[in-house]
Amino acid sequence: MKKEEVPQDDANMLEGKFRVVKYALNEKGEYEKVPSVGWEPENTALEQAWDLIHEKVEAARQAVITGKLSPLAYHMEKNMMDAGLLGKHMGLPTRKVKRHLEPTGFATLDAATLQRYADALQLTVAELQHVPR
Amino acid sequence: MSNSVVIPFEHQQSAHCETGVLSNLMRFHGMRVSEPMAFGIGSGLFYSHMPFIKLNGIPVTSYRILPGHIFKRFSRNMGVEMRRIKFRDPREAMDELDRTLDKGLPAGMLTSVFYLPYLPKAFRFHFNGHNIVVFGREGDEYLVSDPVMETPARIHRTALMRARFAKGMPDIKGRMYYPVRVPGDADTAAAAIKGLRRTARDMVNTPISMFGAKGIPYLAGKLRNYERKLGEKDARLALGNLIRMQEEIGTGGAGFRFMFAAFLQEAATLTGKPALREHALTMTRIGDAWRDFAFDAGRVCKARATADITYDTLADKLVAIGRQETALFKELARIPKA
Repeated sequence: MKKEEVPQDDANMLEGKFRVVKYALNEKGEYEKVPSVGWEPENTALEQAWDLIHEKVEAARQAVITGKLSPLAYHMEKNMMDAGLLGKHMGLPTRKVKRHLEPTGFATLDAATLQRYADALQLTVAELQHVPR
Repeated sequence: MSNSVVIPFEHQQSAHCETGVLSNLMRFHGMRVSEPMAFGIGSGLFYSHMPFIKLNGIPVTSYRILPGHIFKRFSRNMGVEMRRIKFRDPREAMDELDRTLDKGLPAGMLTSVFYLPYLPKAFRFHFNGHNIVVFGREGDEYLVSDPVMETPARIHRTALMRARFAKGMPDIKGRMYYPVRVPGDADTAAAAIKGLRRTARDMVNTPISMFGAKGIPYLAGKLRNYERKLGEKDARLALGNLIRMQEEIGTGGAGFRFMFAAFLQEAATLTGKPALREHALTMTRIGDAWRDFAFDAGRVCKARATADITYDTLADKLVAIGRQETALFKELARIPKA
């Protein structure tokens, strides 16, 4: 890849915070670091990954609204976690977290456990108990 | 402990976090190695496609050796000694960081990108292998040299503590490291040849079909069946994942192939072996072929591909790349030790 071929396809993935480094050949045929704001295939792949995450979050939100899952399930998806990973942050076995993903299991949680879940998901307890409508 | 420490640390932006941290830390300790040099000496380049290891249901493809191994191989080849520490308690990890800074030493550490607020949102997945250097503290904020960023950043103590203790694959447990011995007379040319020979051997001699250059045609074989086996949606996700592993922040383009070509060029001058410049050109052409593959793959992902781009034509491209990499690394493996 030559320096002038380094793509500059900006899809605002970097939010203007910085440009990334690519290695490319300059006029003298020597490699150098060239800044880039992005490349279309890369942007496509990243968008695709986020679409999938947003789909999962939305499905969880709907399930909470219809009473199939507890709000914890929504906030867990929003943090891109599964029951195993959330369990690790909580020091709880996966099966216990899974029980708390159900409305009945969630209802049994004491204040201390709710606070720990809230901390693990970087929320307040009040936020943890609701989903956006 | 005083409230403020700022170590005069020169931040240079890099393509990849591990090699960037290496290059920056070494420079602080008086050893000048560029990022591509650190990558080559640490034998960073590799290829593997592992269908049995899945992340979010998608097989893992990698263009480099395991995280942390570039550090290890680099240190061995250059005679550098690193102190590496893990912690049980986050507070203890932060106290040790403060003590290290107070001694005037910048500290490298592992973090999870998910918990680094200064990074753009789109890149913040649960990836627990991101290397940064902390080189100062002002009140409750730490000064961070994150190699992928253009300029240093700041992070609050609480946020840094969280990022250092993210759980998952792997649990990083506040892993921190800094050099305790950096020789002033390291033979960089010899280390470059050592690193290069190791990469060449890894690429052509690893006996399992999913590792090294033959992992590329191995993936090609799988790719031909993707649509039938995974269904259209998941096949596209798998393709998208390949593009991300190859091109997203950290590789310098074409899955580290351009960074490796830059290493070959630098090594040619350093070792007085002009033939390596020719090999750098071959590697560049291979890198261009990888980019070409990613471009076509991107079209398929977006369902914008014309009829002449199919999973089969993508696989054909990979087969050709695999052949070229095999040929190049076979030649590189024959480069004599001295």
